[in-house]
Amino acid sequence: MLQTIGRRLLTVIPTLIGVVIVTFLLTRVLPGDPAVYFAGPAATPDSIEEIRKTLGFDQPLATQFVYYLRDLVHGDFGTSLTTGQPVVSDIAARLPASAELTLLGLIVAILIAVPLGIVAAVRQGSFIDHACRVVATAGVSLPVFFTGLVLVYVFYFLLGWAPAPLGRLDIFYMTPNSVTGFYLIDSLLAGEFETFRAALAQLVLPVATLAIFSIAPIARMTRASMLSALSSEFVRTARASGLSPYRVVITYAFGNAMLPVITTFGMVFSFLLGANVLVEKVFAWPGIGSYAVEALIASDYAPVQGFVLTMAVLYVMLNLAIDLLYGVIDPRMRLEG
Amino acid sequence: MTNTIPLLDVRDLTVEFATRRGTVRAVDQVNLSVAKGETVGIVGESGSGKSVTSYAVMRILDRAGRIADGSIMFSGIDIRHASETEVRDMRGREISMIFQNPRAALNPIRKVGRQIEDVLLQHVQAVPSDAREKAIAILEQVRIARPQERYHAYPFELSGGMCQRVVIALALACRPQLLIADEPTTGLDVTTQKAVMELVVELTRERGMSTILITHDLGLAAAYCDRVVVMQKGHVVETAASETIFKSPQHFYTRKLMRATPRIGVTLRDLLPPDTVLPESPPAAPVAAKIGAPLLVVDHLIKEYPRNAMSRTLADLFRRRRDKPDDTAFRAVDGISFDIKRGESVGLVGESGCGKSTTSMMVMRLLDKTDGTIGFDGHDIGAMPVKDFAGSPLRSRIQMVFQDPTDSLNPRFTAARAIADPILRLGKERGAKAVRARCEELARQVGLPVELLDRFPHQLSGGQKARVGIARAIALGPELLILDEPTAALDVSVQAIVLNLLQDLKTALGMSYLFVSHDLNVVRLLCDRVIVMRAGKIVEQGTSDQVLSAPQSDYTRELLTAIPHPPI
Amino acid sequence: MNQAVSVDEVSSATVVAQPGAPSSAGQSEEPTPVPTNAMPPEDTGPAAPQSSIFHHARYVISENPVTGFAFALFLLIVICAVFGPWIAPYDPLASTDATLAPPSASHWFGTDQLGRDILSRVIVATRLDLGIAVWSVALVFLLGGISGVAAGFFGGWVDLLVGRLADTIMAFPLFVLAMGIVAALGNTVTNIVIATAIINFPLYARVARAEANTRRNAGFVLAARLSGNSEMRILLGQILPNVMPIMVVQMSLTMGYAILNAAGLSFIGLGVRPPTAEWGIMVAEGAAFMVSGEWWNAFFPGAALVLAVFCFNLLGDGLRDIVDPQRRT
Repeated sequence: MLQTIGRRLLTVIPTLIGVVIVTFLLTRVLPGDPAVYFAGPAATPDSIEEIRKTLGFDQPLATQFVYYLRDLVHGDFGTSLTTGQPVVSDIAARLPASAELTLLGLIVAILIAVPLGIVAAVRQGSFIDHACRVVATAGVSLPVFFTGLVLVYVFYFLLGWAPAPLGRLDIFYMTPNSVTGFYLIDSLLAGEFETFRAALAQLVLPVATLAIFSIAPIARMTRASMLSALSSEFVRTARASGLSPYRVVITYAFGNAMLPVITTFGMVFSFLLGANVLVEKVFAWPGIGSYAVEALIASDYAPVQGFVLTMAVLYVMLNLAIDLLYGVIDPRMRLEG
Repeated sequence: MTNTIPLLDVRDLTVEFATRRGTVRAVDQVNLSVAKGETVGIVGESGSGKSVTSYAVMRILDRAGRIADGSIMFSGIDIRHASETEVRDMRGREISMIFQNPRAALNPIRKVGRQIEDVLLQHVQAVPSDAREKAIAILEQVRIARPQERYHAYPFELSGGMCQRVVIALALACRPQLLIADEPTTGLDVTTQKAVMELVVELTRERGMSTILITHDLGLAAAYCDRVVVMQKGHVVETAASETIFKSPQHFYTRKLMRATPRIGVTLRDLLPPDTVLPESPPAAPVAAKIGAPLLVVDHLIKEYPRNAMSRTLADLFRRRRDKPDDTAFRAVDGISFDIKRGESVGLVGESGCGKSTTSMMVMRLLDKTDGTIGFDGHDIGAMPVKDFAGSPLRSRIQMVFQDPTDSLNPRFTAARAIADPILRLGKERGAKAVRARCEELARQVGLPVELLDRFPHQLSGGQKARVGIARAIALGPELLILDEPTAALDVSVQAIVLNLLQDLKTALGMSYLFVSHDLNVVRLLCDRVIVMRAGKIVEQGTSDQVLSAPQSDYTRELLTAIPHPPI
Repeated sequence: MNQAVSVDEVSSATVVAQPGAPSSAGQSEEPTPVPTNAMPPEDTGPAAPQSSIFHHARYVISENPVTGFAFALFLLIVICAVFGPWIAPYDPLASTDATLAPPSASHWFGTDQLGRDILSRVIVATRLDLGIAVWSVALVFLLGGISGVAAGFFGGWVDLLVGRLADTIMAFPLFVLAMGIVAALGNTVTNIVIATAIINFPLYARVARAEANTRRNAGFVLAARLSGNSEMRILLGQILPNVMPIMVVQMSLTMGYAILNAAGLSFIGLGVRPPTAEWGIMVAEGAAFMVSGEWWNAFFPGAALVLAVFCFNLLGDGLRDIVDPQRRT
């Protein structure tokens, strides 16, 4: 068992190496003089020269890469021109906001999409089945930023049920003491229920937007793989043995159907992490997505590079977790792998 | 003496399916009864409705199917009109079913012991505290060694035969009164088949169970059934006691089936109905082909697969020559030598995994050998790598007929285009008209109606596709034809026709055959000499008579006794 | 396998569909028709008429009106893309004084904060958005399709190389990578095309590879080798025609995704600059007004996006039905 985990960890290393190389190349591919970009729009020729020496742009590419690696290992992602802070601390400060949003969005999506897919497969041809199919096709056609805006218009402007899309917490409230960085958890830990409610209220629309976005691929995959499992020969045997519908559908069919669904989660995460950026812009959410977008517009490149690297590493870790989960559940992997 | 009230009484059963083309009647006014303790065989070819009948009895028809008419009475209960709950209660407890393909019939991610427990607990034959004990006891009853360990096994860890035993265990766990076995041994080796059938018979006899055995194999039906029901296209054509039906079949179709079954003491022509018109005018009696000098000489042929696939890829990448056979490698073919003379038909038989397919692939030059020589008409064809052989002039002289007619035809090519492919690449004919004329000539030779040449594979029947494959194989006039289980996927009546066709073509075109098969009866009919393989080695070889009537090796004897013979 | 499977037979009406035959996930509910082999060779039955793609297309569309609808929508989009500037009622770049006017008879979609007619801008933007999608899909079809098929068919180091490349790209959340690429290469439309092509490469190559791989040792490929076909000929003449239909279906689905991707990038300010009319940037400009009630600014370009992507997704599903040879009769 440990051997499998160890082996999987090893496969992650070449991927991480690839990621680091690509992020490195991304900045060196900038048209023109990279030093100019990193010095900023207000730089003088002297400061550009200085930046060039400090960041090592006058060195051959290979040496630059070594410097880059060295900086990474020391946790130095460069400095942001707009905030003046080290990129790494900016990102660390803003990461919990994005994480809270994305995780909640995913959980809500799973809670809705998986049962929907199961019921649609079991009751083929029924209303739920058609609804599921419509949701699946329509869901992948909706641009996530559009959904967000429509939700804001309907629920904030027209109905007044949701608060203004101005970030994580209304200015009247104090941010709770930071333990995890997740406002929901922190406010509960501190016993501040008003703050909890306020944070939750701010979360509703952006989480709904992300959830709507994720429901489609998960429901589609669940339905397809349940259909496949339900028409398999071992389910036929289970039925012929007289097992109860619950056992047949859940233990036998869904147990097997779950496996392809779990592998889909990797792809769903990829979409989610991208959608996160767009949702943060719509709802003025102070996460790392909006951080990167603001930096981009200001031609501030170090944060963008840090952002891409962070997201990629996060994603690689998430995929690893999914792989391990799959390996635990599927005995064929456990015993042969 | 059977009870007057049968255990299962099916009357006028009609089952319909809603398909895209409208309603299709799969089973039409079928009558069937099974007495207590009786074993009834339902025999028929594909499309006969034999499986659908049993699915209707268990009420596990597909969504699109429904029972349109008739009654199904089991032990006094009206199954057709019973509620789903009542029927579900009966499944597994009163009536059980075992299917083909045992490994697929088990939940791949659940321990086999737990699967048996599920059935026991469902039908209240056990409580959670003693379920495990009972499951292990049942595993022991189906003769699975070390049942306590095997309880924890997953299906992928067990062999095909063991999986089938587990499936039987599931079916018999609650001691049902009726067991329906739907082609339970198809796909299993002949020796495993015998073991499984004996187990089923022993367990059912011991408990006084009734059995319905559904099969296309007449020999199996004869060996294990008290009564036989013959079905064709959804109708029952004949029902009689086993002895009667084999000794004196009444119905035309039954007689046709019996006649078409390969068995001892008949010739190929005997398999066909007496009034069949054959494509080419056949000789009155099959002329014994003139046997000449050796055409194919195989000497100490070896095929190895290194245990570690990664090292093989790396070795290929760095072009390391693997001249020394690797001791830890797996040898699919382990130093075999044989020859095939001109005009001769040699059968290569063995069970699955014996290496016969690997051997034929190497002779065919579709797979590279590890060591040994393959000599064809004096040329060392084994020395040429697979990639280069396609361009060699020798390519057209060795051709192959494949096992699966569907897989071996490009779904986007018409039959004509498929047959024309070798002609276009290596044939003499040039120009669309000449090629087409040649295709039509070949179609006539194999008995394929010319109008079918422009159809796609999915518009042809299995027998028609087989003919297309044969036409393609003989298109270049090869001297050696390798046939890899060419009739395994065909119904017995179609098989009879195709085998006769193959024999006639061989005589007419002067070819030699290497006929690979697991079916000894078929080999007996078509081949002059037989080679028996096991675990990569040749166990015995000699003329058909010698090997199949008076075998030298124990293994051959074992194989022969395992085949069930119909007393026709 | 010894058991012969039987189903619908062209001539005889009493032959049956095998119950419990696994239906392909999410598609047909009945068992897929497979011909029986119980038919004696002399009995040919009525000859099946050779139907053309056109007949079959008509049959599928009449069976499934949704595909027909998608087709009509597709035509509408193409017309807007090609003839946009001539159909648009107003000049998309002309500012007027009628700023932020709600939809009315003279301005069906209303006007934006500079008084420009939104309907005209939406129509004209079709060309740009569609153009970006078409170019990137064409690019990825060529690169991803060829390398994927080669990887699946030849295996060995080609497979290793393509696999590594695909894996490296897939190690990033795709939209994030697109952001990074556009940021690196420069803020232009061409670079959006390139970025979109790059992030779609792995999926495409994977599908192509899987298709080529399953067929690589199929019976008919072995038979083709026997007939004297070289490997290259097999790849081009036998494998490719079988792989193409799935590639075409995948292209349609990728179009939808490419449009979304391009719009997303322009929404955050990459690629297109004002005053260009493009759906994504129009939504971005209209976003602030959405919150204060002037919904038409962002809604109509957003709706256009939804319709376009929806259309391509439906078309992809419909194409899959038409092109699958099993369904041809």
